[in-house]
Amino acid sequence: MSAVTAPAEAVRAGRGGILLSWGRRNAWTLGLLAFLVVMLAFTKMIQPRYGPIPVQGLATSVLPLALAAVAQAVVVIGGGIDLSIGSMMALTSVVAATAMEGQSAEFGVAVVLGVLLLGLVLGAVNGTLVVVTRVPDIVVTLAMAFVWAGFALLVRPAPGGLAVQWLKDLVVGPIGNEWIPRAAVALIVIVGVTWIPLVRSRLGLSIYAIGSNRLAAFRSGVPVGRTRFFDYVLTGLFSALAGLSLTASTGIGTPVPGPYTLMSVAAVVLGGVSLAGGRGGVFGPIVAVVVLQLVRTDMTFLNVNTNLAVVAQGVILIGVVMVGSLIQMRRARS
Amino acid sequence: MSVATPAERARNPWLTATAWRNLFRDRPIIPLTGLLLVLVLVIQAVQPGIVGLPWAGVILRASVPLAILAGCQVLTMLTGGIDLSVGAVASMAGFVTATFVNSPGGWVLGVAVALSAAALAGLVTGVGVGVFRVHPLIMTLGMSFVVLGLANVWQLQTVQTGAGVPDPLRWIGSGQSLGIVPNSLLVFVPLAVLILLGLRRTGYGRLLFAIGDNPVAARLSGARAWQVLIVLYVVSAVLAAIAGLIVSGLSNTASVSLVDSSVLPSVAAAVIGGTSIMGGRGGFGGAIVGALILTVLTALLTVVGLPEPSRQILFGAIIVAVAAAYTRVTAES
Amino acid sequence: MTTISTDMLLEATGVSKTYGAVVALKSASLAVRPGEVHALMGANGAGKSTLVKILTGAVRPDGGTIAVRGRERTVHSPAEARHGGLVSVYQEPALIPDLDVRANLRLTETPVEPFRHWLAELGLADLDLSSQVRRMPLASLRIVDLARALAIEPDVLMLDEMTAALPANLTERVLEVVGRRRGGDRSVIFISHRMIEIAAVCDRATVLREGETVGVVDVTEGSEERIVELMLGEIAREMPAAAGGRATGGPGAPGAVPRLATRGLTSGVKLHDVSFDLYPGEVLGVVALEGQGQDELFDVLAGSERPSAGEILVDGRPVSLRHPADAIRAGLVYVAADRAEALLMQRSVRENIALPFTARIRNWGPIDLGKERTTVDEAVARLQIDARAGGEVRRLSGGNQQKVTIARWVAGGVHTMLCFDPTRGIDIRTKAQIYVLLRDLAEAGAAVLLYTSELKEVQLVCDRAIVIFGGRVVAEVAAADADESSLLRAAYNLRSDAVLPEDAAAETVAVEPAASGQPAAGAGGRQPDPTDAPREGDR
Repeated sequence: MSAVTAPAEAVRAGRGGILLSWGRRNAWTLGLLAFLVVMLAFTKMIQPRYGPIPVQGLATSVLPLALAAVAQAVVVIGGGIDLSIGSMMALTSVVAATAMEGQSAEFGVAVVLGVLLLGLVLGAVNGTLVVVTRVPDIVVTLAMAFVWAGFALLVRPAPGGLAVQWLKDLVVGPIGNEWIPRAAVALIVIVGVTWIPLVRSRLGLSIYAIGSNRLAAFRSGVPVGRTRFFDYVLTGLFSALAGLSLTASTGIGTPVPGPYTLMSVAAVVLGGVSLAGGRGGVFGPIVAVVVLQLVRTDMTFLNVNTNLAVVAQGVILIGVVMVGSLIQMRRARS
Repeated sequence: MSVATPAERARNPWLTATAWRNLFRDRPIIPLTGLLLVLVLVIQAVQPGIVGLPWAGVILRASVPLAILAGCQVLTMLTGGIDLSVGAVASMAGFVTATFVNSPGGWVLGVAVALSAAALAGLVTGVGVGVFRVHPLIMTLGMSFVVLGLANVWQLQTVQTGAGVPDPLRWIGSGQSLGIVPNSLLVFVPLAVLILLGLRRTGYGRLLFAIGDNPVAARLSGARAWQVLIVLYVVSAVLAAIAGLIVSGLSNTASVSLVDSSVLPSVAAAVIGGTSIMGGRGGFGGAIVGALILTVLTALLTVVGLPEPSRQILFGAIIVAVAAAYTRVTAES
Repeated sequence: MTTISTDMLLEATGVSKTYGAVVALKSASLAVRPGEVHALMGANGAGKSTLVKILTGAVRPDGGTIAVRGRERTVHSPAEARHGGLVSVYQEPALIPDLDVRANLRLTETPVEPFRHWLAELGLADLDLSSQVRRMPLASLRIVDLARALAIEPDVLMLDEMTAALPANLTERVLEVVGRRRGGDRSVIFISHRMIEIAAVCDRATVLREGETVGVVDVTEGSEERIVELMLGEIAREMPAAAGGRATGGPGAPGAVPRLATRGLTSGVKLHDVSFDLYPGEVLGVVALEGQGQDELFDVLAGSERPSAGEILVDGRPVSLRHPADAIRAGLVYVAADRAEALLMQRSVRENIALPFTARIRNWGPIDLGKERTTVDEAVARLQIDARAGGEVRRLSGGNQQKVTIARWVAGGVHTMLCFDPTRGIDIRTKAQIYVLLRDLAEAGAAVLLYTSELKEVQLVCDRAIVIFGGRVVAEVAAADADESSLLRAAYNLRSDAVLPEDAAAETVAVEPAASGQPAAGAGGRQPDPTDAPREGDR
């Protein structure tokens, strides 16, 4: 390929349709989506009774992890990583459940807003530490995972509290058609009002920019430190949303962080977000979370030892990453 | 502006902030040991009479597994990696050994199987990291799922045969000789010497630093990183398994998630000990002191009646503070 | 805020910058009049790029003042410089690979219409703004970067080797656009190695040497000689008759087998059909302008990259170099110009020198520390390394660092040494020591292949030299005939007796498209083998 022909090629791509280039850019997510459809069909095949109720259950149980994956994706796209997501979820979840216990629905609204604010603060602390101390983010967020989990245990040493009813209603059961789970709608709304405007904003662009090539971003005039800070703030916000959804779906607050941090990293990688930053979105990770959950479900239906589902998740994670890096190596060599 | 002339400084190296900075950078183990002593003094002040030989024995006994796991992190972090599978591998080793207690092969077979399984897991991890260039964080994370899952499967397979921590492991893990010396030191001291000498005085140890410091330079000098990495992750997994055996002996329990909670503290001990997660800088000596500091700190917080959550918060704060201090002193001026 | 009475648009005085022990700029000054195209010239490592980075706020200077339109100011970031009308187009395009062109424009708040206008002026009218930067060829990216800079009508536009990696037709457009900016209110700072371009578009030239401004020249007919003179400086005169006599080895010896020979060596699009012989006891120079394939040649010989065709023979036997370890085993040791590529910066001098020994799998066991100390001390003494700050190599001066990279191989005994610009950016004293060392090695029977960007070195150190242009060997020169002007002519692929003719530019750029097929990621000149580069995801 020579430079002189390249622009012509670019033109051809333009004429060939935006659809094509969109498809190429989102090939991974589309592939995952196709895989999800196949999985669903397969599930229906092996378990003919798989219908709206299990789908609703699936959506409800997947929601916290899906939001955790979004939180992780936002920071990984910016070239960072946050190992404190699970702890932030635990903290926001217990705060929400404890504050809501025995309170009115209206007060619940205030609590939700307060918890979201708390998420922003947690993220701001993480972001400040990462930017100011210049300690690798993996170390800072690992340490903060202890801190936030500690605070969660201080708030409530054991699982408990109670979510207000309307919060639970947001994520449990169907809406309109029995095939449309509320949790899925909630997820779509959350992503719709946060992620989509974000990607179109300058901040969103800057996040992709610092993840993609920090030097080029700096030279393009992107304030790198400030952008990283806001990236962690956003992760805090999404972690709070994930924590709230955890409280909503279980009805209580749990102070011990679940497997969400590590699972979110796995989901992000499976969802096509490069750990090197700059590439991917949040839809891939969300689909990946559903796929991972369905693998579990299917293995139960197939009477496979459920523990093998954990093995399968690990193998899928490793396998996908290996194949990805093989493709990258081959591309680099040619 | 320092007032001291170079000559004065040569006479009294403690005079300048730079000297302190250099000490912290080049010999972190000295200020760390100081910190450890301060903690011991504090605990003695808070509860006079508590510090004594038996107490030291208890602290040492609790520190040994953490120090070994921190060793796994030091070795992997030197190359710019990390090993998050140590918890799963260690738990698996302790559990698998326990399931062999009633078998004809007895605990010896159990330990052999456990160590081999760990080595196999490490081999797969090493191939993933070294040959397929999967990020160590992802690779070891995925491996921990696989090991945990397989250990659970094994648990179901062996549920009828029964399981129990074999006596020799209990002796090693929680026994004491001469009243105060923990038996686990019998395992730990040789291991520690091996790691310390291995890092400083073998070509392999040098390569770990080299690959972490500058993989391009290491390659240009003829080093093949994949060989180093495969061996590294096998070593790390076997170390983790040994730690797991000691933990099961110490707690007299065998469970597939026994050691999970030690993964993050092991990273913390390594970081406090001055090992950089970016690779090329650090050592095992610091990590041992780091493990002791964390253990003494835990004891101190228990003594003052600070609940577990506060301990965690303090842990986290200390890690960030120490790591930030290291970053400051090691940054190029 | 100080106001200096001046008619200069941009005036930088006494700018200095040190990176650790390495002095990048000692005292650079630059004054640009409104409406001129001002050339910034200097050999590699003279400090051009650092000066540009300082002017655009990407790097903070240690000292000196910068005034724009007579008002002194401090530029803290590229964003600030942009708003102040100082914009640079770097050698590596400052475009975000994972975003499309339109998003890159939005990121820098560049208006689209003027951008399109300039794009058309530059010959890329039909570029699709939704193409992803990662997938675009380097040449297009550089044009996009330039159009983006022009679109905000900067007061001072800095172009760092703008025409490198551009095909002839685009180069022409760029020069035309730059030339048209003369005489207005705004200025261009133009960095280029191509004299012909300087002559075509520039009004004046500031010459940097070793971080200092050594002269300002009005660009007129015949000023090239003056510029070259300034660039080369007095190095040779200050040099203690370093090299001494020529070696006795070399191709003259009857029936001699070359230590290292290549036959038809080809690598990708950058290196074509290169054949040469390197005999024991000789220093063979490699002369080339930047980016003529010398990087690829050394990468292939050092085992970092595999050739796509051709043969490498060591002592007459063909060898296959699949990894640097293979090259080392075959006796080919490589000294890189980029010390950051060769050194373990946080480790000691000792560990750095001993690295090749420990790299071998059979040496994984215990190290004989006494023996190692002896070997290392010998090498340190032989290269006169000042190892007082040897606990961490990054604390050494640039010259001492470079000596460590050489000592590493000298310690083990040298058969064949491949030196890629080993004296780049280091002080004269160290340079002289390296010359003496290379000669000594050759006297002792080693073969040395030396690429150098300082043409004076060829006569000082080499027995003969090959000249590479556009990836091919275009000339072979004996040391006696290798004076700078003939080397320079050869490097530009000109006939030895001809004056630099007008059409040389066309000829020079005609071979350049070779570079443009590379993806954007490969833009930054020497790229280590991606498979062994520090993994991006590591944090």
